[in-house]
Amino acid sequence: MKNKILPFSVIIIFGIIFFIFYKGLEDSKIYIPDVNTKKVIPVFNIKEFFSGENVKSSSIFELDKFYLLNIWSSWCVPCRQEHPFLMNLNLENKLNIIGMNYKDNLKNAEIFLNELGNPYKEIFIDLDGTIAIEWGAYGVPESFLIYNNEIIKKYIGPLNQKLVDEINLLIK
Amino acid sequence: MKFLKFFLIVIILFPLSSVNAEENDKRNKITKNLRCLICQGQSVYDSDSEFANSLKIVVDKKLQEGLSEDQIYKYFKTKYGEWILYDPGLNKNTYILWLLPILIFLIGGAIIYKSFIVKK
Repeated sequence: MKNKILPFSVIIIFGIIFFIFYKGLEDSKIYIPDVNTKKVIPVFNIKEFFSGENVKSSSIFELDKFYLLNIWSSWCVPCRQEHPFLMNLNLENKLNIIGMNYKDNLKNAEIFLNELGNPYKEIFIDLDGTIAIEWGAYGVPESFLIYNNEIIKKYIGPLNQKLVDEINLLIK
Repeated sequence: MKFLKFFLIVIILFPLSSVNAEENDKRNKITKNLRCLICQGQSVYDSDSEFANSLKIVVDKKLQEGLSEDQIYKYFKTKYGEWILYDPGLNKNTYILWLLPILIFLIGGAIIYKSFIVKK
């Protein structure tokens, strides 16, 4: 009897360990941001793109209006792809598109806007990327739909027609 | 006179360098415990990506503001979730991780005790 307990328990322990590691294999090891929880927007000071003036975040976002904060950069190729969709969204009067220029050369950014159009109501500069971190962003492009100082939806990666339709539905 | 000058310079510079070193150590410790979210298998300390570089600046800023290590971890946890920390806390998703080694140790110990020590 005693001789049987030992191999039996060893098998069970290895079984449990195998099961746990096997389960662990299925989990994604890639960071998947939480896109659905509502979060209050961060408080920060930021420079305006054209004038270089410092602006408080509280003066950018008003209550009872929809905002789309778009983090973009002239060196980012997907930003080029999504730009026409932002131009389209700009036709929607209800939505104010705010641009945040991420770690960019200002001259290149201006060339980018001259070439593809400027869909932004206001543009701000995040030269060292620290304000993007306040927003919980981790790359470009990224867009945040904001209402009443809350992030209602977060879009990671370039916008496309499907997402534009979704935004139009959300702000109706 | 020369010796006095040298002595003065050493006295003035010495405490400054040690303060800097202390802050650097703290910063390195914190960034080593933060996961670089866009580069797999690297900490923020190891990575030179845009994201990691910005994170290092934020850590420096927070240290200058006088935040403690735990407060900085908490700050990043609210922004990016538990995944950004290499050293996860004990909660319902991680309790197996924490308790399994203890459990294995206890069971293993019991087996060794039963089969080798009691037999004698």
